[in-house]
Amino acid sequence: MPGLSVSNRSGLNLRSVLLWSAVGLVGAIAWGVIALSRGERISAIWLVAAALGSYAIAYRFYARFIAKRVLQVDDRRATPAERLNNGIDYHPTDRRVLFGHHFAAIAGAGPLVGPVLAAQMGYLPGTIWIIVGVIFAGAVQDMITLFFSMRRNGRSLGQMARDEIGPVGGVAALIAVFAIMIILLAVLALVVVSALAQSPWGTFSIAMTIPIALFMGVYLRTLRPGKVIETTVIGVALLLFAVVSGSWVAESSWADTFTLSPQALVIWLVIYGFAASVLPVWMLLAPRDYLSTFMKVGTIGLLAISVLIAAPVLSNEAITKFAIAGNGPVFAGSLFPFVFITIACGALSGFHSLIASGTTPKMIQKESQVRLIGYGAMLVESFVAIMALIAASIIEPGLYYAMNTPAGVLGNTVQSASAAVNNLGFAITPEALTAAANAVGEQTLVARTGGAPTLAIGMSEIFAGVFGGAALKAFWYHFAIMFEALFILTTVDAGTRVGRFMLQDTLGNLYKPLRDVSWKPGVYATSAVVVGAWGYFLYQGVNDPLGGINQLFPLFGIANQLLAAVALTVCTTLLIKSGRLKWAWVTGIPLAWDAAVTLTASYQKIFSTDPKLGFFAQASRFSAALEQGTVLAPAKNLAQMSTVVTNSLVDGVLSVLFAALIIIVIADAARVCYRAYRSPTPLPNTEAPFEESRILAPAGLMSGGGDRREPAGAPSRTDGPPT
Amino acid sequence: MNIGELVRTARWYLREISGESLYDRYLQHHAAEHTGQPAMTRAEFERWRVDRADTAPNPRCC
Repeated sequence: MPGLSVSNRSGLNLRSVLLWSAVGLVGAIAWGVIALSRGERISAIWLVAAALGSYAIAYRFYARFIAKRVLQVDDRRATPAERLNNGIDYHPTDRRVLFGHHFAAIAGAGPLVGPVLAAQMGYLPGTIWIIVGVIFAGAVQDMITLFFSMRRNGRSLGQMARDEIGPVGGVAALIAVFAIMIILLAVLALVVVSALAQSPWGTFSIAMTIPIALFMGVYLRTLRPGKVIETTVIGVALLLFAVVSGSWVAESSWADTFTLSPQALVIWLVIYGFAASVLPVWMLLAPRDYLSTFMKVGTIGLLAISVLIAAPVLSNEAITKFAIAGNGPVFAGSLFPFVFITIACGALSGFHSLIASGTTPKMIQKESQVRLIGYGAMLVESFVAIMALIAASIIEPGLYYAMNTPAGVLGNTVQSASAAVNNLGFAITPEALTAAANAVGEQTLVARTGGAPTLAIGMSEIFAGVFGGAALKAFWYHFAIMFEALFILTTVDAGTRVGRFMLQDTLGNLYKPLRDVSWKPGVYATSAVVVGAWGYFLYQGVNDPLGGINQLFPLFGIANQLLAAVALTVCTTLLIKSGRLKWAWVTGIPLAWDAAVTLTASYQKIFSTDPKLGFFAQASRFSAALEQGTVLAPAKNLAQMSTVVTNSLVDGVLSVLFAALIIIVIADAARVCYRAYRSPTPLPNTEAPFEESRILAPAGLMSGGGDRREPAGAPSRTDGPPT
Repeated sequence: MNIGELVRTARWYLREISGESLYDRYLQHHAAEHTGQPAMTRAEFERWRVDRADTAPNPRCC
């Protein structure tokens, strides 16, 4: 082993040069095929090769450069997990285990839904942004946030913003976190509603997850304490049975009971969110989290293998006409900035900075492991986004637009939908639409917006190509719907609870008893406020004649990228304050790009005179017509007209708020950075003081990897697998 | 790596990632830091652990 470390440290042996040249060559060839093929269909394998080749190079060279030169990680320095080890909150955790925990916490519906919607621009813009974005922005943000939080005993992003930037930036960051949480929950819930509405099969199997979770909770608490694996295996078996039995329910007399309108689903979701927020965690939240984590990781792994085996061919164009004209039916606006808003998670996701400054920094064993856990886990998430883009791009464009265009444009029948798709310049016959719905056991696929059903169609095609053929397509479709709805609902219930705590903490400053998290009236009141807030936007999205996803998804993207701007601002400020001005570009450039994207998108959403794009232009167009008593399509009556006016005004005001928050945080941070630059002595440091580490652990995934540093005379202790 | 080792590694990973091994860790920690005091039983420990999440939920990302 020591011999190996030495040869790795020198870095320039022949084998490694050959290996990395080969990896680079594969990636470059794949990029060449993707970029140069015009008019012919290419295999999805090229996207996979371009992604994996680029990730490998980025991880080997750029992430290593950031760790060594920019952050100067120091494995002689004890991490908070080692210094504050209490066996629970702080504990040096094996890097492979922590990688799994961190990945499970950052991965969610975002990287699956965003790329599906962005497929309206073609597969090329999305692919480039997902790969380039993660390498230079998303993974960098996750890794550096994790590093700085680790050096501060695991402080949260909000605390770091307050400590490093000041009270104004801190408060703006706090409002930003709360606002994104609400919009995020509303949009994710809207995705679930669109997937389950009028689908007894889907609704039944998702409804069954609640009794299954309750059973698991009781089982784990009273019968078999601590037997998490056993309980999860039982739960997953029941879950698969629920998916299978959904088809029997859909054909039985129970079908009507589980055929719910979008409005009814909103009410059920709001009740569920409230219950999950006030019930003890062991009953519902904890067992659902086990289920959804298992399903998430399992299905993503299955999808990766299936994509490689099936090697599907892409039907989508490389760049569609909507990318330039900006008049796409799924969401309005042109390629810049809206591809970069729509695909947030998977390329750059602000939400990750909350995870990277949450539990992960308190568990990390060695400073050098921020590269594997922060940068590496985000690369995997990006690969999930690439697979979602592939799944959406293998679908015939006619079907894609028939599913993703708002109902107001498509009408209610397969005939009207077929005509509307033809109007957009694509083709699908009414018969083909009916056949596609029947193939997956659904009544209709028309206007199934939100991305989840489209992804489920793509996934069912890929899975059916590998296991079971056409006969199992309906099962795989509902399996995919279940998989997405399950972990979206887990995000919704955990998010409602987190939002409730944030609200209790903040309002507790004004009224003391609210701080007490076991004071029932306070718990109920704050839960109701949080549920009411996302419920409002959810209800608005369901009833908006212009289409909820079309209207709200850009706001969700802007909010998520706003949070990324906050995280990158905190990182840049910290780099400058800690005397690393010459490396400030590492987070400064992604910050500049993110700010440009977010502010351009906000500007267009606020000031555009195109009523399809600008919220206020939309509001004034519809209110002018409303005054004269005329009804504008896609609204069908005057009540819908005033719904459009209200929604557009609310969304417009929210856009203004988001843009203002970004500007405040960046301006306030710029002031601090300038002060740090001018100050002859370094500004006060909030880092925990150096303590010598007594643990020995490798940095990389493989235990033989380089970067190994052995403190002289220190007792070695690792938490690795039994040998 | 032979089959036995592979199974042991997989079992170790599953127990770590699912949190099943937390109780063993707690016992070790307890023995080292609070010698002489009785430790919680498995059931007590698991209840205590999950109930802590009542007031400190972990956000899940989008």
